[in-house]
Amino acid sequence: MKQPEVQHPNRRTYNATATATAFRTLPTAGAALDGGGGAVAGDGAPLKPLSVFFSPAVHVLCCLLSAAAGFRFSRLLFLLLFSPAPPSSTLHLHRHHLHLLRQPPAAVLPSPPPPELPPPPPPPPTIAASGRVVAGRHGIRVRPLPHPDPAEVARAHEILSRVQQEQRLQYGVKESRPILVVTPTYARTFQALHLTGLAHSLMLVPHPLTWLVVEAGGVSNETSALLARSRLPVIHLAFNEKMPVLWNDRHRFEARMRLHALGVIRERRLDGIVVFADDSNIHSMELFDEIQKVEWMGALSVGILAHPGAPQTTSRRQERETQKNSPLPIQGPACNSSGQLIGWHTFDSLPYAKKAAATVGDGMTVVPTKLEWAGFVMNSRLLWKEAEGKPDWVRDLEEVATSGEEVQSPLDMLKDASSVEPIGNCGKKVLLWWLRAEARSDSKFPARWVIDPPLEIVVPAKRTPWPEAPPDLPFKQMANDKSLVEKRVSKKGRSSRSKRSSRSKKKREPHADTRISDLQEE
Amino acid sequence: MGSGTWILALLVLQSVFDGIYGLEQEVNHRTERISGSAGDVLEDDPVGRLKVFVYELPSKYNKKILHKDPRCLNHMFAAEIYMNRFLLSSPVRTLNPEEADWFYAPVYTTCDLTPNGLPLPFKSPRMMRSAIELISTNWPYWNRTEGADHFFVVPHDFGACFHYQEEKAIERGILHLLKRATLVQTFGQRNHVCLKDGSITIPPYAPPQKMQTHLIPPDTPRSIFVYFRGLFYDVGNDPEGGYYARGARASVWENFKNNPLFDISTDHPTTYYEDMQRAVFCLCPLGWAPWSPRLVEAVVFGCIPVVIADDIVLPFADAIPWEEIGVFVAEEDVPKLDTILTSIPIEVILRKQRLLANPSMKQAMLFPQPAQPGDAFHQILNGLARKLPHDEGVYLKPGQKILNWTAGPVGDLKPW
Repeated sequence: MKQPEVQHPNRRTYNATATATAFRTLPTAGAALDGGGGAVAGDGAPLKPLSVFFSPAVHVLCCLLSAAAGFRFSRLLFLLLFSPAPPSSTLHLHRHHLHLLRQPPAAVLPSPPPPELPPPPPPPPTIAASGRVVAGRHGIRVRPLPHPDPAEVARAHEILSRVQQEQRLQYGVKESRPILVVTPTYARTFQALHLTGLAHSLMLVPHPLTWLVVEAGGVSNETSALLARSRLPVIHLAFNEKMPVLWNDRHRFEARMRLHALGVIRERRLDGIVVFADDSNIHSMELFDEIQKVEWMGALSVGILAHPGAPQTTSRRQERETQKNSPLPIQGPACNSSGQLIGWHTFDSLPYAKKAAATVGDGMTVVPTKLEWAGFVMNSRLLWKEAEGKPDWVRDLEEVATSGEEVQSPLDMLKDASSVEPIGNCGKKVLLWWLRAEARSDSKFPARWVIDPPLEIVVPAKRTPWPEAPPDLPFKQMANDKSLVEKRVSKKGRSSRSKRSSRSKKKREPHADTRISDLQEE
Repeated sequence: MGSGTWILALLVLQSVFDGIYGLEQEVNHRTERISGSAGDVLEDDPVGRLKVFVYELPSKYNKKILHKDPRCLNHMFAAEIYMNRFLLSSPVRTLNPEEADWFYAPVYTTCDLTPNGLPLPFKSPRMMRSAIELISTNWPYWNRTEGADHFFVVPHDFGACFHYQEEKAIERGILHLLKRATLVQTFGQRNHVCLKDGSITIPPYAPPQKMQTHLIPPDTPRSIFVYFRGLFYDVGNDPEGGYYARGARASVWENFKNNPLFDISTDHPTTYYEDMQRAVFCLCPLGWAPWSPRLVEAVVFGCIPVVIADDIVLPFADAIPWEEIGVFVAEEDVPKLDTILTSIPIEVILRKQRLLANPSMKQAMLFPQPAQPGDAFHQILNGLARKLPHDEGVYLKPGQKILNWTAGPVGDLKPW
């Protein structure tokens, strides 16, 4: 919008009229000098002793002095030095024709330093009834230490958070229903990355939540450490089978893990809205506000980030084609114009037929199943054995589990899928993104990402002002160096290439660079 | 006897529960009713309480001027034009001057614009004088009261002093012929020559549709503590500072330019309105004149206005309790602004926000086209209605003359 300042009651550039006309001595503020308000209306008497300062001789003297000094100082200084009258006497300044100082000085007139902090905080100040406010020149008041006081900053932040809380109360969700987050996970290289991101997202959710983490391969210290850091209420469930290596198997395995969590919800009669948050998915905060509207079972749109794990070897033209034809695929409910659910947008895996990843970490595009679990949320009472108002279009969980059939998505748990509520503006708003990014299944990482014992190797960096290699570095240590470098590089999972790279790089580059360049080679 | 006490106990319990329930509802309420010194008058309907006669002046006083420069419809002085349009089609208008309580002459004195869009007031006194001469010769109602039951809209910087520069405006004073009339103006400062008793202070015009289109969802968290966009030094007219805003804006800049709580700059962002809706406090310091459209914008966007202008009189001051809605900071206290703002108790801040959220508050600051109940037009009429009935001093005795038609600077006497 156009800056209102331009339209503001602005002085027009009326140069000729202003500077040329001599001003009448109008009452101007002595407020600048004493910080008080009052000024007397223009009577003649107090001006007489001061009129000497406005004689042309003094004016010329001041101009010359300013020119000599290099900054403009006002005749006010003389007044301060010589005037016996209390500072509240009126004074008037002519506009200087010479404006030597282009930038306004920080403190034109030294104002008496205001108290650093007023003792008890005053109530909102009322306007002083005393004294007229007068037009004319005033000083610019600057306090001696314009630094923000940390206590005040803290109070300001308290105010902000309270205001935002009030906003949430008034305009956001009225009553927070608790949320039950179901996450299947297992200890692997990228687990720390994914679980930390998910933990941070969940820590931001303003509603009460319980996190059910089902871990394949049993409860491990890795996962426990990550979960403990989140300080959320966690139910850490063990699922005592190892996570399979092939993606198709894994999708089925994860479904079984989720059903296990749902069984726990059922047996403990946990109350809330069940969200299937896979550890590598990305969730928006609006998701958690939107799902509060679900009555029994809701479906939302999931953006599918099916990306190639490694740089493609296909030609650029092919890539451009695929990109042109397929925008970001979205899974979710399909609605008609009146907002009723009429079908499902599912993931079309045909374009990825040749490029689909089979094994975890093989670098090809990971494709999701037709309808991912993440796109569904349900009221936990659907899972309970007995719940009042439970609709009849949902199958009993026990019956689903014992029937032996494969549950690919929550829709398999329903007799009739037409009663699912589409949320997120009937699926138009994508509230979360599905992503799978994994390292090779045999890749290794330091336990709990703690380097213990600490590194012992000292490799001289190439570009240091110090001499190349300290003369007392034993040749033996150099040999150790080689083997350790190899071991470390192999943690990246490139054991076949490590020997070659480490030998070539050891001589040329510092240790840290080796790893970076390795990554770049991938 | 026993049943009687039981019934009594039940009644007491019921009233207690009702009370608690009522209190809960109160606490969760989003807004609060606003009532100023004149009472709960924001939603009053002026229709039926007064009658206004609109003089039909030749179009050279209004339509032709507007036709020459249609920019007058969008600048912050546009209230005079929209007030005329509103009155022409309003139910309070009467075509019979004998039954009118108030008389209105539509003169667009603020529509002589420079190429930059700023109004030049040099011809305004002559224009006003010429209009008054016209109505006093063609209708008897002016001479009957010498203008005491007439009102004029003068939204310029210093109202009817007709000058943009304060010292000059003070020198001129209010146009002598308007001495007895009611002035509807944006300028308001206590003990100032250019604000006469009985004037109605109105907000400057701010385009309502434009502000509507920039609304963001109300649950967007307010994360800016203090917000301000505008000039601190008017380099063109006051390079060293000290004149512009009486040094207050420069003081704000020098004290708080490095303070992370203060989001202040001279930027012209396209997200100005959206940013105001994300701020808790919006600074409304004086500029060359004490009033600014920032107050209107702050109220519409729910940002608590921090008014830094000594002795300012805010719009509709008798209908709106501004002390309860905004924060007033004396110009000498600007260096302590952060201390002042952070030491306001949180309940007070929440209450101010609730008052600002009242839709009648926002409506009272706007000039929507077409007019809506409770808007600024209606507040002006309410203000005029509250001044009724006229007291006896209004009507002159036969032969009594108060106004001196030759008073004022010689230049004003030239015909327009």
